[in-house]
Amino acid sequence: MPHPNPYWARNLRYLTILLAIWFAVSFGCGILFADALNAIRIPGTGFKLGFWFAQQGSIYVFVVLIFVYARLMNRLDRECGVAEE
Amino acid sequence: MDVRLWTFILVGLSFALYIGVAIRSRAGSTKDFYVAGTGVSPLANGMATAADWMSAASFISMAGLISFMGYDGSVYLMGWTGGYVLLAMLLAPYLRKFGAYTVPEFVGERYYSQVARVVAVACAIFVSFTYVSGQMRGVGIVFSRFLEVDVTVGVIIGMGIVFFYAVLGGMKGITYTQVAQYCVLIFAYMVPALFLAVMLSGTPIPQLGFGGADPESGVFLLDKLDGLHRELGFTAYTDGTKSTIDVFFITAALMVGTAGLPHVIIRFYTVPRVRDARVSVGWALLFIAVLYTTAPAVAVFARTNLLDTVAGQPYEAMPEWFSKWEDTGLITFEDKDGDGNIRYVGDADANELTIDRDIMVLANPEISRLPNWVVGLVAAGGLAAALSTAAGLLLVISSAISHDLLKRALKPDISEKGELLAARISAAFAVVVAGLLGINPPGFVAQTVAFAFGLAASSFFPVIILGTFTRSMNREGAIAGMLSGITFTAAYIIHFRFVNPAADSPANWWFGISPEGIGTVGMLINFAVALTVSKFTSAPPASVRELVDRIRVPGGTG
Repeated sequence: MPHPNPYWARNLRYLTILLAIWFAVSFGCGILFADALNAIRIPGTGFKLGFWFAQQGSIYVFVVLIFVYARLMNRLDRECGVAEE
Repeated sequence: MDVRLWTFILVGLSFALYIGVAIRSRAGSTKDFYVAGTGVSPLANGMATAADWMSAASFISMAGLISFMGYDGSVYLMGWTGGYVLLAMLLAPYLRKFGAYTVPEFVGERYYSQVARVVAVACAIFVSFTYVSGQMRGVGIVFSRFLEVDVTVGVIIGMGIVFFYAVLGGMKGITYTQVAQYCVLIFAYMVPALFLAVMLSGTPIPQLGFGGADPESGVFLLDKLDGLHRELGFTAYTDGTKSTIDVFFITAALMVGTAGLPHVIIRFYTVPRVRDARVSVGWALLFIAVLYTTAPAVAVFARTNLLDTVAGQPYEAMPEWFSKWEDTGLITFEDKDGDGNIRYVGDADANELTIDRDIMVLANPEISRLPNWVVGLVAAGGLAAALSTAAGLLLVISSAISHDLLKRALKPDISEKGELLAARISAAFAVVVAGLLGINPPGFVAQTVAFAFGLAASSFFPVIILGTFTRSMNREGAIAGMLSGITFTAAYIIHFRFVNPAADSPANWWFGISPEGIGTVGMLINFAVALTVSKFTSAPPASVRELVDRIRVPGGTG
């Protein structure tokens, strides 16, 4: 059954994808799999990968995710004719 | 010039700047006072949010905490930034579209209930007072250590400044002073970090120097630190001592709590449009990330420097900063084996040195022998962080009293002018109470931080999400959810922190989840109870369903 409001359905799809990435970099790479990832080193640095995700990488990804969401939604606003002046 | 003179000059200049900005942005209406007339640009709002959010705890305590906790400190780094992703995607745009002045207002309207509104007001006031007393205390510490004035005098000076611009300018005054305060605090944080990065790793960028190597020996700093830690009997820096489940739940509670904190949420009411709210969260997190990605680097530099300077060294050879901090009682040395050397080791029985974690950032420039002006700059930055957060919180308290209680519940026919006056009086009242709490901090201030986040996570977050993402959530479900979430979280924290602190250990916690992380469970309970109760009670009226449909789509915000 098609969703009665296509704008909202698209928004929910963006949210699902972006929040999955949000969860993967922080709770996944930074916590649940941190020990396993710590076996890998970022070449040329002292960073173990799990530790780096927990203290640096996840934060960079968070910033990018928000700007990506803002862009996607601005485009969607225009496509659906609900963009604000 | 000596440190004290530099501190006076830099703190004085920064205060003059805030007052100047405040005079230029006085509030003329309640809309100015509560939401800065919704005319703030997304970039400026992002900067103001960053200053609002980064408190004395972020500026003064966080790097120190991380430097003692190592990997476990990641809970703060991820927890206090990841919440902004939730805010940008799940809360800010819809709340901006709704166009309220406060968080309780949204709860009251969406759930067509005065009870829900009053519960939300009580949560907002409690969370904000808990938080603000910690800020005032931060102000007191900076004054007493750097300007060598009494803590009470320090708090009174801080109160006077906040009083001036919060009462006069409301949200409008606060917003533009926060922009100035962000600039001061980030400059003050980065300068010593750059110095340290060059000294310890040979690169000026702390985020890279953190993973870099000692320029002389070529050993990576993190490897060196792990090695030193093992030698002295501490857990390796890049490993943690907390269990994985506890790290998971604490991080989640801090993220969700951040997204549910009223003083953060209301900042996104101040921008003109829904699209501005979305991108403004991005700017806010970018500005926050500058400090939050630097902090773990500072933590590593500070820890390395500290171990090099004190561990195993003779007490007589300690530099001047050591005895100054000893005077404040924040460093204590007890020569247990009587050999005159400082034994700093992981084993508590043999360890002779106790260092308060809060002093690391403030002491860092002195430990590393940076120029005097840098020390003064750090003091000014710490004050900027504490004052900006205090002002944001005081505004939440004042608007909860004058708008949600007085205008919406007790005296709906109050005039615009009357409400503005009431808002100013309640802001003044809140400043005084916060100051008193700062001068006589209740012994449990530090403990109640877990409370603020736990309560925000287990009360506001679920009802706002359900209010936007479901159309069927009703009054009964929301009230039952908020009350059960809060009660559970509060009971767990009170039990382990106040009633039976002796039992506060991983062996007794449910599933190994500490009181800091229990807000996550409270949030899940809130969701579960709300969804269950709403299934068995009457659906919300048609007007509320239409309201939800309206919130979901941008356009037509005023």
